[in-house]
Amino acid sequence: MINKPEFILLGHGSGGKLSHELIDSLFANYFDNPVLRQQSDSALLETESAHFAFTTDSFVVDPLFFPGGNIGTLAIAGTVNDLAVSGAVPQYLSAGFIIEEGLRYNDLKTIVETMADEARKAGVIIVTGDTKVVDKGKCDKLFINTSGVGKIAEKHTGIGSGRDIKPGDKIIINGSIGDHGMAVMAARNDLNIAADIRSDCAALNHLIKEALQVSNGIKFMRDATRGGLGTVLSEIVKEKHFGIQISEENLMINKSVRGMCELLGFDPLYVANEGKVVMVVDPDDAGKIMETLKENPFGKEASVIGEITEDHQGMAWLDTVVGGKRIIDMLSGQQLPRIC
Amino acid sequence: MKYIDEYRDKALVLALAGEIKKVSSRPVKLMEVCGGHTMSIQKFGIPYLLPDTIQLISGPGCPVCVTSNSFIDKAIAYSRRDDVIITTYGDLIRVPGSSSSLEREKANGADVRIVYSILDALEIAKHNRRKKIVFLGIGFETTAPSSAAGIIKAQMAGIRNFYVYSAHKVMPPAMEALIDEGVQINGYIGPGHVSTITGEGIYLDIPKKFGLGVVISGFEPVDLMQAILMLVKQFENNDPKVEIQYTRAVKPEGNIKAQQMLDEVFEPGDDWWRGLGILKNSGLKIRGEYADYDSEKNIAVEVEPLKEPKGCICGDILRGVKKPKECKLFARTCTPSNPVGSCMVSSEGTCQAYYLYNR
Repeated sequence: MINKPEFILLGHGSGGKLSHELIDSLFANYFDNPVLRQQSDSALLETESAHFAFTTDSFVVDPLFFPGGNIGTLAIAGTVNDLAVSGAVPQYLSAGFIIEEGLRYNDLKTIVETMADEARKAGVIIVTGDTKVVDKGKCDKLFINTSGVGKIAEKHTGIGSGRDIKPGDKIIINGSIGDHGMAVMAARNDLNIAADIRSDCAALNHLIKEALQVSNGIKFMRDATRGGLGTVLSEIVKEKHFGIQISEENLMINKSVRGMCELLGFDPLYVANEGKVVMVVDPDDAGKIMETLKENPFGKEASVIGEITEDHQGMAWLDTVVGGKRIIDMLSGQQLPRIC
Repeated sequence: MKYIDEYRDKALVLALAGEIKKVSSRPVKLMEVCGGHTMSIQKFGIPYLLPDTIQLISGPGCPVCVTSNSFIDKAIAYSRRDDVIITTYGDLIRVPGSSSSLEREKANGADVRIVYSILDALEIAKHNRRKKIVFLGIGFETTAPSSAAGIIKAQMAGIRNFYVYSAHKVMPPAMEALIDEGVQINGYIGPGHVSTITGEGIYLDIPKKFGLGVVISGFEPVDLMQAILMLVKQFENNDPKVEIQYTRAVKPEGNIKAQQMLDEVFEPGDDWWRGLGILKNSGLKIRGEYADYDSEKNIAVEVEPLKEPKGCICGDILRGVKKPKECKLFARTCTPSNPVGSCMVSSEGTCQAYYLYNR
């Protein structure tokens, strides 16, 4: 057994002895699986599928730990969700770590444990990875990149583009909005806010798989991460010959998230989520999709929030809580930096 | 949620809409002075609830919007000094000056920090004794008292590296100037937060001199609908006066302590407003007794020559004579992510409100 270091040193990224110790004791240990065990420069994968989905995402959240998760939860769930909302079954992930010299070893260990745990829950394996250590001040504690591949059935290849969306389709979201962004904001010390808000970050691939099993009428999915629900809705209608009508009354926003948004002047529609999927579905199937979603813990608060309309093409409209109307536009500029 | 849900009650809002429709017989133009009102009106889709007789016009009550380019230019010049840390409320960093913005200077290495309160700026001053901390004092009677409090606190704590660059302004001269300039309106939705400090007294001249009503309003949909109803009733009965709808926050006499603090540190001086030009006694200058905390008296900088953006009609929009959609730049070259004029930058700006909610 090697003595556990207290801090990550530049030597841990040198490619030499310290690097090997770190990889063996931490990454290979926690991410262990037959593909990773081959220890070759590339992971050799087998698949029977004709179509693949492939995605990548980098995670730079500040702070690394927040109520409801840490950067590791995001690194797995974020990439798994990007695959799942494309209609794919996530299978293999890579993990690249850029570590600032001086990061506490125990923090890194907790994050790696979380990643292993999330991956296990999502049913994916981490098959390749990389570690770099940079001088103090050259990055902020820890950045992670994960890429992922997953097989995708022929009949689901249209989900990513939403090519089959038409007026009358229903829009569903699997629960409350704004939790992740506000949880991270509250966790930042500079605001001095003590709020009881947990990030919603979670891998949604099982939830999505269950929905795809009961219906062939799911025409589009997207995870409403940075930019929030509002940005996803305006992306759906952008340059399209249909519009969207959303009912504000049907949006669920947790009380403390609402309170914090009021206080800081944020619109929950544009606050990030890390465990929310927006679905556009055939109206005939909306009922059974809702039933299926509600049986899963990550979908128990699912609701139909609006529909695709022939009116106001290319625009998303909101019926406000007081009976007025307004448009929903894409998030402009940067509402909250480094939330994922 | 208390103090929110009851003021966003759909049945109540719709009942008020019905009442407004019943009472309003003649076309009426009401100006919401405050940028917070503009945002709220657009965010909740209030115009869709009003009869055709009622037109809402946005006014000059967005502090970032009325601030001059030369103020931004000077702030940028401060930020370029190695010994200066700029502290500011967030909105201001994206406002374009003549050739740059604080955001761009920050990316270039300037030390520009967003704070939520002047007290955060004081903390930064305490921890960076070798630097000069410049706080950008923007806002009306609402935020000016906190700047005053910051200066008083700095003096008491013996903090000598803290400066306020004041573009603080007071509301009434602008409200009067608009009418003098011939802007056609029939009443003011009076600013809610300004009035919590000042009380109703500052508006009493408006009905007397100009025959226009002022109803001080809160920011929630029920507040705004009720304030509109009160103004329409005044107009229909030809009975202009100052009334307070926002009674849960505004007392007729205002916040005396804040007023005293304001008076202690600031004195009135002429100031420049975008769209309105120089208005007599409309600005708040730091008094001689507190000159040690006045950035303009202590930190020398060379400021680049002033350039205003071509084609931008922010000035007309702030006077309420044009709507954002009448601007050639609106939603084309001027967007919240790439703003040309200040009305598109600020989260209380009329152009941003229209861009986000009513394009």
